[in-house]
Amino acid sequence: MYLNSEIETIKQSELRNLQMSRLKKALEAASSTPYYSRLFRENKVDISAIKTIEHIKDLPFTTKNDLRLSYPDGMVAVDKSEIVRMHASSGTTGKSTVIFYTSKDLNSWTEQVARAVYSTGVTRNDVFQNMMGYGLFTGGLGLHYGAERVGCIVIPTSTGNSLKQIQMMQDFNTTAIHITPSYALHLVEVIHEQGINPHDLSVKKAFLGAEPYSDATKIKLEQLWGVDAYNMYGLSEMNGPGVASDCIKKAGMHLAEDYYIAEIIDPETGEQLEDGEEGELVLTHINREAMPIIRYRTRDLTRIIPEICECGRTHRRIERIKGRTDDMMIIGGVNVFPSQIESVLMNIPEVGNNYVIVLSREEGLDRMHIKVELYSKMFQGDLKVLQNLNKSIVEKLRSIIIINPRIEFMEPGSLPPSQGKAKRVIDNREI
Amino acid sequence: MPHQVSVFAENKPGKISRITDVLSRNGINIRAITISDSGDYGIIKLLLDKPQAGNEALQGEGIASTLKDIVAIKIDDAPGGLHRAASVLSREQINVEDAYGFTIREKSMAIFVFQVENVPATEKILQAAGFDILSDNELYLL
Repeated sequence: MYLNSEIETIKQSELRNLQMSRLKKALEAASSTPYYSRLFRENKVDISAIKTIEHIKDLPFTTKNDLRLSYPDGMVAVDKSEIVRMHASSGTTGKSTVIFYTSKDLNSWTEQVARAVYSTGVTRNDVFQNMMGYGLFTGGLGLHYGAERVGCIVIPTSTGNSLKQIQMMQDFNTTAIHITPSYALHLVEVIHEQGINPHDLSVKKAFLGAEPYSDATKIKLEQLWGVDAYNMYGLSEMNGPGVASDCIKKAGMHLAEDYYIAEIIDPETGEQLEDGEEGELVLTHINREAMPIIRYRTRDLTRIIPEICECGRTHRRIERIKGRTDDMMIIGGVNVFPSQIESVLMNIPEVGNNYVIVLSREEGLDRMHIKVELYSKMFQGDLKVLQNLNKSIVEKLRSIIIINPRIEFMEPGSLPPSQGKAKRVIDNREI
Repeated sequence: MPHQVSVFAENKPGKISRITDVLSRNGINIRAITISDSGDYGIIKLLLDKPQAGNEALQGEGIASTLKDIVAIKIDDAPGGLHRAASVLSREQINVEDAYGFTIREKSMAIFVFQVENVPATEKILQAAGFDILSDNELYLL
């Protein structure tokens, strides 16, 4: 039932001691990096004063922007020769965030994912079809190695090509899949179109991750596919998938607390909140040689479930991610901030100040529709001019969001004004 | 040189009445109207008796509106009337970007209004070919 019962059922007091000793090492390693050595110096941080886990609140936060600023290797704590792999966050414009791993780091990440996969009841007798993208994205390779470590037959089909996916499932009697919720919704439709009842397939478990989704979607997918679905949470900054995941009880995601120190903070004030209160998840990676990251603000909203899980694991659980403290959108797997779209729009003189981004999903694919007001003083009075303008906006945006947005020009004053908390993004995607 | 007023409008019910409301409140008369539509939105072109005042009134209400130079000529209200003018434009390689026409029965007269890239040059060519070019005042006071 446990892949490593010693660590998975460790007494919480011992777990805190382990975390403290690992935190010490992580802080020492961090101090050797250009980024943290300067940060600690500028903020007069004395790492020797961090003697208990509670003292972690005295350390400064790390944000996604800090990772960008230290691009490409300002947070690397080992010699380049030690590094064997890198991953990068879903590419947006400019610099992405890059994460490095030593051989030991890959091994411990694999162990971490293996534990998560095994905790759902998957064993060496399972056939694991991994329908996540292989590449810079951590979702594909992370689960690939984790499921292999469990001993599954791993089918690395990656994303897309639905008919092939279905054929593989049938020919090799796939029992577990790793898939994004949106693709799972689409694929089950294709299965029906092929005249196959999904319940007749041998798939029994689905690992869902890489994008936010509701409990309602999870339940719907379980019914449509006839499977048990497990939430799989992760972010590349913290290794990738396996940071927290549902066990067989499906009652909250166990954090790998021997890898991370988790805090929940008030996103406005940065103050720590009590277990059970909802806030932003902050993670400190205490088990990665190549890149220790201190107090990383995930921007993900959740709460810690303080009660011990029925499964017997002592690592605390977090609830499914409720949302984000920023307005980051995930469009076709790519992280996009409305501000990126705004900066394109606002550099076009013919465009007014107000816009609304409407997201929808058609046949499993994300679509973006942007309503944008014209600036009346720059109006030229010609349809042709507007059509050319439309085309040039689409081209400029495509480089950021990968997909072709639809631009709709609106009359000045017809959209909610930019002051105050205007709702800029309307997400109609069924998740 | 006469002008028409070009107005941006979303392709939705009530968009024309918003414009006509502003014009009627400001005592501005519409001589002709055309709408070119491009799916989500379109452009409404208005020939007004007071184009400057109309444009200002519309802009004052926050509507995206602008004045465009146009050419307006008198043509015979008879078969072949427009063809004579079109032949001249064709011979001189002048591209008509947008056009409409209307007749005035009481004066048994037809007016052809159109947009081209170079208005003064086009006016000269048509004048030389014997056409009556309407000045702004002539056109607005028809």
